[in-house]
Amino acid sequence: MELNVRLFALYRERAGRNIVSVAVPDGATVADLTDEVRRQFPNLAPPEVKIVVAVNTDYADSDVVLQPGDDVCLIPPVSGG
Amino acid sequence: MIELTEDTLDPEKVTAKVRRDTNGAVVTFLGTTRDNFEGKTVLTLEYEAFDEMAVKKLEEVRQELMAEFGLDQIAISHRIGTVGIGEISLIIAVGSPHRKEAFYACHAAVDRIKEVVPIWKKEVYQDGSRWVACEDHEFSPAEQYSSETHTH
Repeated sequence: MELNVRLFALYRERAGRNIVSVAVPDGATVADLTDEVRRQFPNLAPPEVKIVVAVNTDYADSDVVLQPGDDVCLIPPVSGG
Repeated sequence: MIELTEDTLDPEKVTAKVRRDTNGAVVTFLGTTRDNFEGKTVLTLEYEAFDEMAVKKLEEVRQELMAEFGLDQIAISHRIGTVGIGEISLIIAVGSPHRKEAFYACHAAVDRIKEVVPIWKKEVYQDGSRWVACEDHEFSPAEQYSSETHTH
């Protein structure tokens, strides 16, 4: 399946775009998705850094299985306030 | 009671939302933009939000704290977009029958907002810029946001 992944702040700037199309197999997890994103954008975050993902506006652990049409967003460390 | 806006924030307006004749206390916190970082002059700040999720998480924080401290009135406004130095970027107003709960809830609200709400700020300097919490030493591994640690 093909998922549109939204990027914000630091990730948006590093990727040079605010949305990327990512192809993952059916049954893919959040971890599979971040692996694929890292492959496309090796400079997004250092390998030892976990890329935090929100699925349908909630934080999602790495073992969450993605569904077609999911709203997937990559969340760099937040700094509101 | 939750507001995400590019407009200037007005403490009076946000405070007024939580005032009740049954309350004996209102605690209002103002987060303001600082003009320096490690000796560098900050010219301006740029706030970016994942709007839908930020509003949702702000409301979750609000509901959690109201339940935790037995309160009925908490209002939170966060500014996004370009914010000048010395301006207000965040207002939290807590109304309570008694002062203690209001102070505690307001303190906890700031901490939780900084931890879970998808809003980012970029400090702009004369010679560059920096996404706060992201770029200093790159960020420490997996320190934030497992869904477990975030379900309060």
